[in-house]
Parts: sequence; C-alpha cells; structure tokens
Amino acid sequence: MNEFLTQYAFIIVPIIKIAILVLLVLTVDAYLTWIERKVIAHIQARWGPHRVGPHGLLQPLADGLKFIFKEDPLPANVDKAAYFLAPFLTLMLALTSLAVIPFGPQRFKVLGYETHVGIADVNISLLVLFAITALGVYGIALAGWASNSKYSLLGGLRSSAQMISYELALTLSVVGVLLIAGDFSLRSIVEHQTGTGRGLLSWNIFPQFIGFLCFFIAAIAETNRVPFDLPEAESELVAGFHTEYASMKFAMFFIAEYTSMITISCLATILFFGGWLSPFPVTWTFTHYLPSVLLIPFGLWVIFDGMRYENLFGRILLPGVGTALAAIGAALIVFPMINDIVQGPFWFLAKVFTFLFVYIWMRGTLPRFRYDQLMSFGWKFLLPVSIANVVLTAVAILMWGKL
Amino acid sequence: MTAPLLIFFVLATLAVLGAVSLILQRHPIHSALSLIVVMVALAGLYLLMGAEFVAAVQIIVYGGAIMVLFVFVIMLLNAEEEERTNFSKLATYAGIPLAVAMTGLIAAAIARSSGALPAPAPSGALTSTKTLSMLLFSEFVYPFELTSFLILVAILGAIVLAQRES
Repeated sequence: MNEFLTQYAFIIVPIIKIAILVLLVLTVDAYLTWIERKVIAHIQARWGPHRVGPHGLLQPLADGLKFIFKEDPLPANVDKAAYFLAPFLTLMLALTSLAVIPFGPQRFKVLGYETHVGIADVNISLLVLFAITALGVYGIALAGWASNSKYSLLGGLRSSAQMISYELALTLSVVGVLLIAGDFSLRSIVEHQTGTGRGLLSWNIFPQFIGFLCFFIAAIAETNRVPFDLPEAESELVAGFHTEYASMKFAMFFIAEYTSMITISCLATILFFGGWLSPFPVTWTFTHYLPSVLLIPFGLWVIFDGMRYENLFGRILLPGVGTALAAIGAALIVFPMINDIVQGPFWFLAKVFTFLFVYIWMRGTLPRFRYDQLMSFGWKFLLPVSIANVVLTAVAILMWGKL
Repeated sequence: MTAPLLIFFVLATLAVLGAVSLILQRHPIHSALSLIVVMVALAGLYLLMGAEFVAAVQIIVYGGAIMVLFVFVIMLLNAEEEERTNFSKLATYAGIPLAVAMTGLIAAAIARSSGALPAPAPSGALTSTKTLSMLLFSEFVYPFELTSFLILVAILGAIVLAQRES
C-alpha cells in the first residue's frame, strides 16, 4: 500500500491539494457573503443577518440549504445545452484560475514527492491565469443568450463588451511588473520583491503605483462588481444575465463571482504587494509574533462578547470559537517552528482579505457607472494610461538599470 | 501507451470532433462554441509539445479575444437557426474532388515520413518566452513590424468605416 502511494504520489498529492483548496475556497466564498452583508449593513447603519446562529454566523449554511432545495424551473424556449453549460463553465473557470496561485514560500515533501503551497507551479502562471479569465466571459455571454429573455440578453451583451474592453487594460497594466521581475512566474515575481530585505519598501506598489491603480480598476470591471456591475444592473435589467436562473444554478454564478474576487485579490497581492512577504524588514524577527498578538486578544474578546450573548446557543458557540482562536494564538508562541511556517500564509491571507474588504467597501459607497461612461472610461482613459505606464517603466529600466 | 500519447489522442479527438461539429451545427452560436473547443484542444496540443507560451497565447488571443467577438456579433445580430438549402452544384462537383485530393495529399505526406516522427523540441529551448521574443525582435523584426503596421491600418480602417455611419 505504502509503495503504491509513493509510486503514484505525483497524482495523489495534487488531488488532495485540490480537494483542500476547493473546500477552503467554497467555505471562504460562503462566509464572504456573510461578511459582505454584515459590512454593507453596518455602512448603512443596519444590523445585517443576525437571526440564524449567533451574529448570523450560520446564515451561509441556511442560504446554501435554501439554494439546494429551491425549485429549479426551466424557462420556455431556452437553448437547453447552452443554458445548462453556462453556470458550470463559469464556476469551473473561476475555480481553475486559483490553481496557479502560490500561497506561500515553503516547499515540502509528502510521500517522497516534493510539492509547495499551491496547486500548480507553471513558469508562465500569469499568462495561464489570463488565459483562464479570458474564457470566463463565455459563461456570462452564454447565460445571457441562452435564457431567451431580453434582460438576460442585454446583460450578457453588456458583460461581453465590458470584459473585452477591460481585459486589454488589465493585461497591459501588469506589463510594468513583468518588466521589473523579468519573469511570468508568479512565484518569481514575489521572490523578486524580497529585494534587499527591507520589507515593504521593495514591493512593486511603489514603482508601479499607476500600474496598480489601472490593474485594480480593470480587475473590478472584469469581476463585474460595483461600480462596474452593469451586466446585472438591477434597476435596469432585473438581474442581468442570471435573471432566468434559480436554485443551485444561480448559486453557481454567485460562487463564481466570489471566487473570481478572491483570485483577483490574490493576484493584486502577488503582483504589487509582495505576496506572502512580510511588510517589515527581515531583521525584525519580533514581528513573527504578530499573528499571536492579534489572535489572542481577538479570541479573548470573542469569549467576553459571547458570554453576554442573548441566547444559550450563542453563549456556548461564541466562547468556544474564541477559546479556539486564543488557543491557536498561544500555540504559535509555544511552537516557534509552526509559527515560522504560518508567517507566509498569514501575510498572504491578511493582504487578500484587505482587498476583499475594499471590494465590499466600494460596493457600500460607490454608485454604478452609466454604460457609455464605462466604455469611454475604459478605452479613452484606462487603456492610454496603462500604455503610458508600460512606456514609462521601460524607459526607467533603460535609464537606471533594474528598478 | 504512454501518458503523453494518451493525452494527445484525447485532445486530437476533441479537436476533430469540434471541427466536425462546427460544420454540422445548425445554429451559429453552437458552431462558434465548437470552434472554441477546437481552439482550446489545439492549445492543449501545443502545451503537450512544450510550447507553453504559444499555448497560453492561443487561448488568450483565439479563445479569449477573437471568438468572444464572434459570439458577441452573433448574439448582437440575434442570428436564427440556419435553414437547410439544396446543396449547390459547385459544392458537389468541385467540393468532393477537392476534399478527396486534400485527404490524399495529407495521407501521402504521412506515409512518406517513415519511421518515428521528429521529437518535439525540449521545453525551454526555443519555446520559452525569452528566446521567442529575442527571435521576434532580431531575426524576424521586419515581418513582425510589418504585421503590426497591417493591424494598425486595419484599426484605422475600422474607425473610418464606423464614423461614416453617423
């Protein structure tokens, strides 16, 4: 048995990694809806979900159950093949794009097979990612076309036009980073940002600030989020391309949207914010205790808050969660070896969640673009600025050598 | 059968099936989708040959940009299902002999190349992005620049044509 495992480790280990990643991402997706509803509710001075479980923490579970048990009607005269294909394609591509993201620096051996934190380590990972996102538009366009509904069709058309337009700016905005790193591999782009060990200062965000702004704006448009969510502008198009979808098929579009938000946040972190690198200089080893310093007080606060919760279930669950968090924090101090392993993923996730928060924050504050504004902004402003950024970076590298 | 050979046959079958379906489908959107399958299968074949950059570009340019435009235009025109017409005389009298001749030509070419096919270039030799761009900007710089000039002319032409409407 053991021999069999080591012989086929090259296929078993990736499958296990994929299973873990998909489970993690789907859970994060579910809780992202909870975070989004809570954050927007607090921006608008409401409470948000707070009935299902303490602080509404079980709301994603209830939503998931609801999606599964809802009736899934088939609208009349739809193009059946395309109608069924669209949500699967969207979700599949969204999840696939996560495969090339490296989450941490470590390489380790499982069953004698050397592997790393992430699914695939391709040397053109950035291009692969763009290739997968480029295909993502089909899911939305097909959903809009196949539904046989004018709202869906308009939503699908809008989104294809929008995605074609903003893909150019998205691709051009990262050329500056590629020029600096000289490599398509996301891993080497992060490693290049280690620089001379000064932490934050050698991240790409400083030489590539314009590039980052273009990237982030174009990325929001690619993921169809506010203020670029015209494909599903509810005041004009009911729900845009997914008007005719219900039940689990609707949920698939929803999960795909959140997954692409995560992918884009990971990409922004890797390209411009040093990926898993700590913002502090490498000599400041005391910053390694930061995860514990954050986790223990947060855990204690959750315990304290949970003991006063209004019902018994909350008074049991919340202190339990708090104790677990504080215990993890304490364990990291006791076992410095685990603490070292955790550093990379900790910073990576901290940055990714900051970006996800910005996404939600923007949804809570910004109004939607008008369609002609969206198009002229993309073509007449964003694209020229990204090209100018490429030229500027190239000239700078030519004049001063490496940036 | 080795794993690469197996993958080759799966991708090749997919490409051929996609191409056949492209012709047989009655609806323009289904034809366009079949073409996308062909493009993606071809990208897989390039990947199998170690040409990672070409594979990625194949999907980004053909699968992502050009085919999206196709689908977009078909959706915008709201094209209906095609009606079957009687085969034209030209298709019967010129098409079938031409198809037979083409098949014969390919078969002859395959029959001639006796023995093992040349092994694909090892990954990174000529296929890496760096060497590819070095070649593009040194040896093939004139064709490359001419192509970009052609594309620029096409873009300008499109703008002129679009502006005449209003």
